[in-house]
Amino acid sequence: MTMRTLIFPTLLALGASFANGQLLDPKKLTQQPTDTWPTYNGDYSARRFSTLKQINSGNVNGLSLAWVNRYGSGNGITIKSTPLLVNGVLYFTAPNHVWAADAHNGRELWHYQYRQNTGSTIGNRGVGIYGNWLFFEAPDSHLVSLDARTGKERWSVEIADPKLDYTSTVAPMIIGNHVILGIGGDHIDNPGFVQSRDPETGALQWKWYTTPRNGEPGIETWPDEYASAHGTGQAWIPGAYDPELNLYYVGTGNPNPVMAEQSRKGDNLYTCSIVAINPDTGKMVWYYQVSPHEVHDWDASVPIILIDGVINGKPRKLLAQASRNGYYFLLDRKTGEHIVTKPFIDTLNWTKGLNAKGQPIPDPAKYPAPDGRLVSPASGGATNWPAQTFSPETGLLYVGTSRSYSMYYVTDTDDHPEGWAGLDAQAGTDGSALIAIDYKTGNITWKHEWPAGGGPSHMLSTAGNLLFTSNGSNFIAFEPKTGKILWHAGLTGPMTAGPISYELEGKQYLTAAVGDMLYTFTVNPPNK
Amino acid sequence: MFRTTVFLAGVVALPLLAQLPSTPGTKATIEASPAAIAGSKQDPDAVARGSVLFKEKCGGCHGMTAKGTNKAPDLVRSLLVLDDEKGLLISPVIRNGRPAKGMPKVGLSEPQIGDIVAWLHAQTFAADHRNTYLFLDALTGDAKKGEAYFNGAGGCAKCHSASGDLKGIGGKFDAHDLQGRWLQPRAGRGGRGAAAKAPITATVTLADGKKVEGVLERYDDFTVSLKDASGEYHSYSRNNGLPKVEVKDPAKAHTELLRKYTDEDIHNVTAYLSSLK
Repeated sequence: MTMRTLIFPTLLALGASFANGQLLDPKKLTQQPTDTWPTYNGDYSARRFSTLKQINSGNVNGLSLAWVNRYGSGNGITIKSTPLLVNGVLYFTAPNHVWAADAHNGRELWHYQYRQNTGSTIGNRGVGIYGNWLFFEAPDSHLVSLDARTGKERWSVEIADPKLDYTSTVAPMIIGNHVILGIGGDHIDNPGFVQSRDPETGALQWKWYTTPRNGEPGIETWPDEYASAHGTGQAWIPGAYDPELNLYYVGTGNPNPVMAEQSRKGDNLYTCSIVAINPDTGKMVWYYQVSPHEVHDWDASVPIILIDGVINGKPRKLLAQASRNGYYFLLDRKTGEHIVTKPFIDTLNWTKGLNAKGQPIPDPAKYPAPDGRLVSPASGGATNWPAQTFSPETGLLYVGTSRSYSMYYVTDTDDHPEGWAGLDAQAGTDGSALIAIDYKTGNITWKHEWPAGGGPSHMLSTAGNLLFTSNGSNFIAFEPKTGKILWHAGLTGPMTAGPISYELEGKQYLTAAVGDMLYTFTVNPPNK
Repeated sequence: MFRTTVFLAGVVALPLLAQLPSTPGTKATIEASPAAIAGSKQDPDAVARGSVLFKEKCGGCHGMTAKGTNKAPDLVRSLLVLDDEKGLLISPVIRNGRPAKGMPKVGLSEPQIGDIVAWLHAQTFAADHRNTYLFLDALTGDAKKGEAYFNGAGGCAKCHSASGDLKGIGGKFDAHDLQGRWLQPRAGRGGRGAAAKAPITATVTLADGKKVEGVLERYDDFTVSLKDASGEYHSYSRNNGLPKVEVKDPAKAHTELLRKYTDEDIHNVTAYLSSLK
């Protein structure tokens, strides 16, 4: 048989697996990810914790390669998408590209390539899946829907003005019959928004602007509506969802103009905030701003993790974020009430302390200036978008961190600066560490200082008493309680997306993206 | 956004800076840099003519930098300008005015309209592309205080000398470029005039007590690799922090100072080094 004819029986078998003919049973989205990794973060809590423990601290030294495959062809493709795994098939992306591959052996089932365009190809963080339909953002600000069984395009709709230089990179989040999308891009003071689309037609269901217009609450935190409407605040990675509260939580990005603040005095709501949105209406229910009046490009568009925990003896529905500005935040996710703020790198030098609500008070002496201001962290942040993980077994949040410094310069001293209006120039780094944060207190329980390199790296924790991440081209397993290294393997480069774990026919696997390749590991049983 | 920090200092050539109004605190009228004009693919001569024409004919209402005033809108963030290709959308507006909105016909020739279109496109490209931005003047410090810091608290004189390795350094770089270079000698700059980078070296102490020294090639939790003075390559597995590795980075003092400097110290040292002509 040829390769081509082989594909179809596989796909038919897959399609027949669910009685309703739908690849993804929507119930999977609210369960612990085991035989399915159905959404960017594995499940709605976004903790990226796998309950699987066939691969565990006792046998991880036998973890070995199951398969490796390359999906690009030396054309600069980088997989920054966390693969989805549905019914034995992996779905993953790079800008303009979507692939389906058999999770047993990595064999490509189909490859979809989007039409030529001039949009930014900085990255693509993956697909969302609803039944048989895949959704991804194309660089020219379109939402594209594919048939997951064939890779055939169903439709594409414009989600923002393609001429406005948005960066469309976000993995769509599926909640009920909503395809929820953020967008990126802070080059030229574009309006920021989160929107919801109909999974069948692509029609707009709602659009929530990240900054207020006249008459809306929060407008008082801007000089005027014009500044607010151009204040950006893009939510460029997917958030988390609590089905019981029916709230979608997402972090918003930095305000614009990015590094010159003279035309946007005020707190600049709802940029650099954690917001809770009703996914049916698109209405904001509460917000908490982690960086009022932000000037260093530190988006709050970083992982948000839902934790069902205990504070002062009381069970609480919580939400945690180790933010790009170097502070860890713990909130009540029902109300947005602030519980903890704690710095997680010790080089921070840009605040005058915290206010009564636990928000950092920015020090104007550290705003970018024409002759430069030395600030830690650099614009890349104390951490960034890469996947963090929370293990309910250790109660620790694992974060890749950087103690970097930059000189921050304003390049546009006009009354109305535009775009970035400034730049930062790297001034060195005090080092990088993997840290484990106690979710209740924000204290650092353990820390692994990397000998070289490091910074924000992708994480996964499992019930097998394992924590996976990478440093340089090493893929590493740690003991999550202690920070002891248990296993490592050298790959062809740094991990470029969040790793996932899943089981196929009762066997556990671990898949990591490196550039245009996927590596999959498993523990093989001993020879008989 | 997640991007590598831009190392622009080395890219900005001195002659470009000279064209900038560079006194901090003045309301700089930002013109597209030559890099932005090149990036926008507009004819530089048309852009230059358009700049003069715009200020004369349009700047009174739209502002000298086209960013708008209370009389007329910002054109750099204008959807019509951003959506335009080759003047198809912009030209009719300039040609006919918008009498209903109070915009008069200004009576420009077609080539003049083309020049204004070219300039507007260069302006939007410039705002949109931060890798074309030009830095302003970083020379704000006190050279005397900088000299005192250099020889005293900063400890710079332990490794450097104004009459030795830094002789004439102020004549080689503008203040901004110099500031970036002395703060972080390892930042990714190179090319002509770049200071030679002293390599990072390491000493590895093996289990039998033997020490191997050389230029560090790779160092992580699992391997240390170096090249010794004879050029021979050595590589060792590491496990639980062994064998012990002692890293010697000649630029370590610069890194350690990051926690100690005030911005004033930095600007003073830059002023001092700039005075070493």
